[in-house]
Amino acid sequence: MLNVLSKRVLIGIIAVAAVLFPLVFPNMYVLQLLTLVFIWSIAVYGFNIISGYVGYLSLAHAGFFAIGAYGLGLLTTKAGMSYWLSLLLAVLITSIAGALVGVIALRTKSHFFAIYTMCVGVIVYLLIDKWDSLTGGVRGLIGIPAPSNIGPITFDTLTSQYYLALFFLILTVFLCYRIVHSLLGRTFIAIRNSEELAKTIGISIMKNQLLAFTLSALFAGLSGALYASFIRFIGPQISAITVTFEMLMYLLVGGIGTLAGPLVGTLIVISLTQSLQFLEEYRMLIFGPVVVLLVLYYPRGITGSINGYVQRKKQQRVKIANEEHEVKRKVGEAG
Amino acid sequence: MFFSTQGITKRFGGLAAVEDVSVSVEKGTITAIIGPNGAGKSTFFNLISGIHPLSSGKILFKDRDITKMPPQQIARLGIGRTFQTTNLFEQSTVLDNVLIGHRLRTKSGIWDAIFRTKREKEEEKKSYQTALDALEFVEMMHVVEHPVSLITQEEKKRLAFALALATDPELVLLDEPAAGVNPDETDGLAYLMRKMADHGITVCLIEHKMPMIMSLADQIVVLNHGKKIAEGRPDEIRQNEAVIQAYLGGEAHAPVKQY
Repeated sequence: MLNVLSKRVLIGIIAVAAVLFPLVFPNMYVLQLLTLVFIWSIAVYGFNIISGYVGYLSLAHAGFFAIGAYGLGLLTTKAGMSYWLSLLLAVLITSIAGALVGVIALRTKSHFFAIYTMCVGVIVYLLIDKWDSLTGGVRGLIGIPAPSNIGPITFDTLTSQYYLALFFLILTVFLCYRIVHSLLGRTFIAIRNSEELAKTIGISIMKNQLLAFTLSALFAGLSGALYASFIRFIGPQISAITVTFEMLMYLLVGGIGTLAGPLVGTLIVISLTQSLQFLEEYRMLIFGPVVVLLVLYYPRGITGSINGYVQRKKQQRVKIANEEHEVKRKVGEAG
Repeated sequence: MFFSTQGITKRFGGLAAVEDVSVSVEKGTITAIIGPNGAGKSTFFNLISGIHPLSSGKILFKDRDITKMPPQQIARLGIGRTFQTTNLFEQSTVLDNVLIGHRLRTKSGIWDAIFRTKREKEEEKKSYQTALDALEFVEMMHVVEHPVSLITQEEKKRLAFALALATDPELVLLDEPAAGVNPDETDGLAYLMRKMADHGITVCLIEHKMPMIMSLADQIVVLNHGKKIAEGRPDEIRQNEAVIQAYLGGEAHAPVKQY
């Protein structure tokens, strides 16, 4: 009980800190960076649902991110729709795209699934890159509007955009928390642990995987749409396969299959990348080995390792209690 | 008839792993499937639980044809099973393992999860209750909160029973439930199987431990090279020439497949 309580307190402190941050440190550079961290985290949370909880590595994630971004970009600039309607539609379109891809992709397993989804990602990239008349091709899409006013609330300053991204991030984390701690979340984890066993206890694998895959696309789409309206310019590069691998790196560093992992990983890796900016391309020389070491020695990432440590402590206590119980029993028998 | 297979056959390429096997099982009884290694016993279970599709034949359960059903539907109809290699969710606790077993009787979906609806809460409660009942049935209440990686081999076997029981089955298929546990513990597991049968759950098991089978089973079915070579009460099987030849001691070693 104490554990749950302290966890809630910790989450509360972090949330309050995030809300107060712009007031205490009105540093434009840091705010810009944090806003991007929040936006990327949303996509990584989606990634975590299918790859972390269901255990299917989907490499189409940057593709869905781009569908969300271009969806919003095209609906606002070319179709002239209002921002909020476009945002809703962009997320919807990405979810539908996710469901359609999922129906076929989920017929494959493990590495075949990874390869298939990677191909989907490449196809999305090619579509955006080559469909000049719609997407603007390599020139990209410019003039995407910032979020429009909601009553008296405007989104023309960096601080307000920061709060908007924070709002959606908190919403995402809340949704993920609810899903993970529900019967549905348990079902996802059961599939990850053993598909064969899950089947024989009556779990419909395809239905649950498809739901998870669609949810992951939904969050990628939301993240992409927010990205488009924050940066105001998008190019085909956002759907490149390297973006998927960047998101995978955030997830691995933070801890795959954990609730805090996506945010922790995205925050740390993006901050590191930024602070190593002066090394230019050579920063990969530092980055590569760090990631390799991390995956080798902490395969469950930062959050996963901390959780593991806490769990081991708990197990030790259980073991000691067991041994004491055993000793007492023996003493009792002897007496 | 409660459960029966009618001439079921499974071919993997040219090899018939199970060939023309017909078995009938009465409700509330214990049926043991025995036979040398590679006789097709596990494949037989996989056919019943829908993991492999049949090549030919028919499977009937409570007068319904379940031959072509997918595994999850067969589980929902009331056929639970355990695996030969203890197949559990290793990272979770004992309770969490059993909890998911009741998922097939619940309906909560994504909206129930997000809004934490009344249905979600009720079904969660019911799942906990069923899981605890199942754990009590297999006498594991003392390790409810333990992670699976910390419990003994015998407890894992019991846990696998509990997981199967949490699905509210009417028929359970147990694949070598007593493999790798010592004789005392084997007696405990045998007692549990008898207890299941006494509670009206029909038990089918694959087992190599003859003394246990002989005292436990109501009916024994003997498979060899995928074919049924005998069936009957334990005392009948003990006398059966073909069985003695194939399995019970006709040869000094376990028979090697002949080509």
